[in-house]
Amino acid sequence: MDLRTIRELSTVQFGIFSVSDVTTDPTTGHTPDDTERVRNMLTIAKHADEAGLDVFATGEHHNPPFVASSPTTMLGYLAGVTKNITLSTATTLITTNDPVRLAEEYAMLQVISDGRMDLMMGRGNTGPVYPWFGKDIRQGVQLAIENYALLRRLWTEDVVDWEGKFRTPLQGFTSTPRPLDGVPPFVWHGSIRTPEIAEQAAFYGDGFLHNNIFWPMGHTKQMIAFYRQRYEHYKHGRADQAIVGLGGQVFVRKNSQDAVKEFRPYFDEAPVYGHGPSMEDFTRETPLTVGSPQEVIDRYGAFVEEVGYYQRQMFLIDHAGLPLKTVLEQIDILAEDVVPELRRIVEAKRPSDDVPLNPPTHAERVVAARAAGNAGDTHVGGTEDRWTGLRAEEGNPDHNRATAGRAFGL
Amino acid sequence: MSHRTLVVVSAGLSNPSSTRLLADRLTDAAVRELESAGHTVTVESIELRDHAHAVIDAMLTGFPTGELATALERLYAADGVIAVTPLFTTTYSGLFKSFVDILDKDALGGLPVLLGATGGTSRHSLALDYSLRPLFTYLRADVVPTAVFAATDDWAGAGDQVNPLPQRIERAGKDLATRVAARQRAASRDPFAATPSFADLLGG
Repeated sequence: MDLRTIRELSTVQFGIFSVSDVTTDPTTGHTPDDTERVRNMLTIAKHADEAGLDVFATGEHHNPPFVASSPTTMLGYLAGVTKNITLSTATTLITTNDPVRLAEEYAMLQVISDGRMDLMMGRGNTGPVYPWFGKDIRQGVQLAIENYALLRRLWTEDVVDWEGKFRTPLQGFTSTPRPLDGVPPFVWHGSIRTPEIAEQAAFYGDGFLHNNIFWPMGHTKQMIAFYRQRYEHYKHGRADQAIVGLGGQVFVRKNSQDAVKEFRPYFDEAPVYGHGPSMEDFTRETPLTVGSPQEVIDRYGAFVEEVGYYQRQMFLIDHAGLPLKTVLEQIDILAEDVVPELRRIVEAKRPSDDVPLNPPTHAERVVAARAAGNAGDTHVGGTEDRWTGLRAEEGNPDHNRATAGRAFGL
Repeated sequence: MSHRTLVVVSAGLSNPSSTRLLADRLTDAAVRELESAGHTVTVESIELRDHAHAVIDAMLTGFPTGELATALERLYAADGVIAVTPLFTTTYSGLFKSFVDILDKDALGGLPVLLGATGGTSRHSLALDYSLRPLFTYLRADVVPTAVFAATDDWAGAGDQVNPLPQRIERAGKDLATRVAARQRAASRDPFAATPSFADLLGG
């Protein structure tokens, strides 16, 4: 990636994220099956790329009515059929996934996408998912802390010896493929109400995204302020230079009244907030905005004043049974009538030139890592395979140590 | 000698309601006792009927909004709480329980709470101890030993002639006042101030 490309990617990002829910369209009674829903997500992501949105992120869920159980399979495919859009997650379960598998899968995605990806860690909020994967939800924060610490080591250290509380120990383990250009993917941490996760993001100098779609801005503001203050505390830069993202939710039509009329049945029946507060109450209290492009621009253009300049704004637009055609129209409206003006407004509010315009791209991270002299190796060990064809008992520890020493140059 | 804030939660449905009446009597008794010990007292009232829709919305969306959010902040900042509910079909009312269900589960820890209930006949009086008390014990509230049940007859003076309602109210008010007066101001509830540093998280 040359410097020109780097500059073109330097912009506040507007993207879409999906929770992958299979929900009956309340206006037609149509319920997509799992295959249709997965294919719709692919179409939505491709369309977002063609329309010029900056990010597509998929959730990860392991229970119906959600279909997105295998994010890197989906994103790997999308890497091949899209051109410019950054592929991401919302979120990757750092609690119930094996960090070794995450290190491998996302390094693979990074290589396949040529660095056009990042990912967001989250703990997941579905109780039974923890025991299904052999974990205990009461240890959610500790799992997130330990697993992520290991994941980072697997990306930044060629050979890892490791022992922790939650996973079998590792001796002489190398995660492959090594990160693209020796530089791991950029990582976000998402949390709605847990300051410990903001603290974790700040400690590592990672991004922090507050998915405030169901939360009042007052709460979001506190979480972001805390993350920024801790980011500065850990000397990654000033508080206003921290990398921040927000969630959002919109339904847009040229005329405000049309948007309200069309979206109301979906709102009233939506799995998360349906049959609860009125759409008017909910739009007042949360970032949900149902109306004209100008209304969305006015609302979202003002969030900078609440949380400071931030680099990524995500929108939820494909939930609650909205038909594919409508979702694709929403993408077009966002890309044509909302984002260009919103981008201009938000970037104009950046306090100074040394506040990052955008979340770090792979190219930028490579430049920074090389300048700092800490880009990692892109291949580790010799080329000999010491295991395939051996029976288990033949792989004795002495053999392992001697060969490992040679291969790793010890 | 210092300032104390009492928050009164009442789940009565009619207006006027005997539940409100009992809550007011209990409050008066506690305030009298605190003031005679030299404290100044502020009383804030949360009438659950006024927040009924907001309570259900909070349950469905996961966050309280508007006046309910303000009321909860006041409750969490109280030095003592008086909670009174009518008994419906053997236990606290559904509205009362829904309100308790949306509370931050750590917010009442160590907080002095005086319980009261109203019902048709004194045959339901033990509901205070088999249903209300365990609820607040679970939330680790400091539930005062005396709880007051008022049946319809009690308001006519035709109830308990040996230990009449005013006397029970008086004793309950004293119980609560003693705890409230003795209580140290709770530490900050600011979750950000209480967040461990990353070194502690990693070590933990």
